[in-house]
Amino acid sequence: MNVKTDAADRVLKVIDKPVAEQKGAYNVRYNGQSLCYGDSEHIKIRRKEDKQGIDVYIDKDAGGEQIHIPVVVSVPGMTDIVYNDFYVEPGAEVVIVAGCGIHNSGCDSARHDGIHAFHIGQGANVRYEEKHYGEGEGSGERILNPVTKIYMEEDAVFTLDTAQIRGVDSTVRETEVVMAAGARLQVTERLMTHDSQKAVSNMEIQMNGDGSSAQIISRSVAKGSSIQTFHPKAVGNAGCHAHIQCDSIIMDQAEVCSIPEINARHIDAQIIHEAAIGRINDEQLLKLRSLGLTEEEAEAVIIENFLR
Amino acid sequence: MLEVKHLSYQVMENGSMRRLVDDVSFCVNDGEMLVITGPNGGGKSTIAKLLMGIEKADSGEILLDGQELLAMNVDERAKAGIGYAFQQPPAFKGMTVERLLNLAAGEPLSEAACCELLSSVGMCAREYLKREADATLSGGERKRIEIATVLARSHKICVFDEPEAGIDLWSFSMLVDQFERIHEKKQESLLLISHQERIIRMADRILVVNDGRIQESGSREEMLPKLFPEDSGCACRNENAGREDGNCECENGCSR
Repeated sequence: MNVKTDAADRVLKVIDKPVAEQKGAYNVRYNGQSLCYGDSEHIKIRRKEDKQGIDVYIDKDAGGEQIHIPVVVSVPGMTDIVYNDFYVEPGAEVVIVAGCGIHNSGCDSARHDGIHAFHIGQGANVRYEEKHYGEGEGSGERILNPVTKIYMEEDAVFTLDTAQIRGVDSTVRETEVVMAAGARLQVTERLMTHDSQKAVSNMEIQMNGDGSSAQIISRSVAKGSSIQTFHPKAVGNAGCHAHIQCDSIIMDQAEVCSIPEINARHIDAQIIHEAAIGRINDEQLLKLRSLGLTEEEAEAVIIENFLR
Repeated sequence: MLEVKHLSYQVMENGSMRRLVDDVSFCVNDGEMLVITGPNGGGKSTIAKLLMGIEKADSGEILLDGQELLAMNVDERAKAGIGYAFQQPPAFKGMTVERLLNLAAGEPLSEAACCELLSSVGMCAREYLKREADATLSGGERKRIEIATVLARSHKICVFDEPEAGIDLWSFSMLVDQFERIHEKKQESLLLISHQERIIRMADRILVVNDGRIQESGSREEMLPKLFPEDSGCACRNENAGREDGNCECENGCSR
C-alpha cells in the first residue's frame, strides 16, 4: 500500500508547494507510482503503457497555464525510473513545474531517475522549473539522476530553471538540446553541495538553425568536501549566438571542476564562454558586516543571493 | 562623540615596518562634520578603515560615546553606531539593489522608502530597484548605491571614504545636498575623507593628513584660508609669486 507520510508531505511542500492545491493539470508520483493526476482543458496527461511515466499533450491554447509533476521517494532501497514525454503544440505557452524530493531514513540508497523529453512546436514558449531536494536522517544515499532532452522547432522558446537546494548525495545530470532556426534557449542552473556530496552536470546544445541563440548560466556553491563537475558544451552548426557562464563559490575542502566547451562549425556562429571559481569575496563579507551582519550571517546572505 | 587617541598602524613592506598611521588623535563632536583631507597615500583611508575595524590598529584608543571600540570587530562597531561607506564598494552577484538596501536598513523597507533613498543619491529608483548590484552596474552607480546603504539607517557617526570618487557632477551635487541635510539636523556626526573643495568647505573642522600624521587641523575658518588662499584675498595666484622656490610667502599664511 502506498500511503503518503508526513515526511513525504513535507518534502512535497519544499519542491512544489502549489501542487497541494491541485488546480489545473498535475501528476504526483510517490514511491514509484502515480498517486493522483488530473487534466485541464488544454493539458492532457496519459500514462505510458510500455513503461513507467506519462505523456503530456499541451495544446496551442494553453495560454501560460501551469502543469505540476512532482516526484517524492521515501523508501530506502528504492530505485524509481520514470520516462515523461511532453508534446507542446506550435504557438502554445506553458509552465511545467517538476521536482524531486527524497526522504531517506534508512541505510540503503534511495534513487530517482527522471528522464524527460520535450518536443517543442514552432513558436511555442515553455518554461520548465525543476527543484531537487533531499533529507532524512538515514545513512543511505539520496541519488537523483535527471536526463532532459529538448527538441526545439523553429522560433520555439525554452526556459530551463533548475535548482538543487540541498541534501542530494549524488547527482549526474544529463541535458541535451537540439535547436532549429530562430529557437531561443535560456538555462539557469543553481546547485549547492555540502558534506561529501557529488554532482555532475553535462549539457550539450546543438544549434542547428540560423538565428538560434542560447544563454547558459550556472551558479554553484560547494561546501564541505563535496565535489562538483560542470561540462556545458555549445555547438554552433549555423549562424547562431551562445553564451555560457559558470560561476562557483568554493568553500572548506570542496572541489569544483568547470569545463565549458564551445565548438563552432559555421562561420557565423558566435559562442562565448566564461568560467570563474573562487572563495567568497572578502570585500563582500566586509560590506555586509559593516551593515551589522555577523560573518556567518553575511556568508549565508551572499550564498542565498548568489543562488537566487 | 568619537574620540581617537594616539592611533597607530604599521605594515611590513619590503622587509621593513612602515607606519601608515602614526600617533593620530582627534575627535568628532556630536552633530559635527569633520573632513580629513590631504595628499593621496597619506593615510586618510587607512584611518577610516581603522575606525570601522577593517584594519586593526596596533595601538591607541577609539571611543564612541565613551565605549572602547578597538577590541570590537566590524559588525560590532556597526552595531555600536558607525556607518561606513566604502571608497570602492564590492559587486554582489544575484543580490538586487532593493535587497541590499533592506539589509542596510536592518528591517524591511517599503518600495517607496527604497525609492526615496535612491533618489537622494541621484538615482531613478524604478530603473535600479530590481537590478542586481553586480558588475553590470558602473563604478559610479555602485558608489551611489553604497552611499544609499549608509543613509538607510541612522548612526551615531557616518564615515564616508571619498564619496565623490567616480560620481558625476549632477549626482555629486545631490550628494552634497544630502550631507548638508544630515549636517543641519545635527543628529548624526559625519566624518568625510575627501579632496573635494565643496565638501571641505562644508566642514566644521578640517584635518590635513600626510605621511600618516595629522599635519594641520583647525576649524573651517582657520583652515580654509590655508587650503584655499584666494578665500583670504591673497592675490598670489601666480605660483612663482613670493619666493624663488615657488612657495608663497604672503601675510595670509597661504601655504601653497
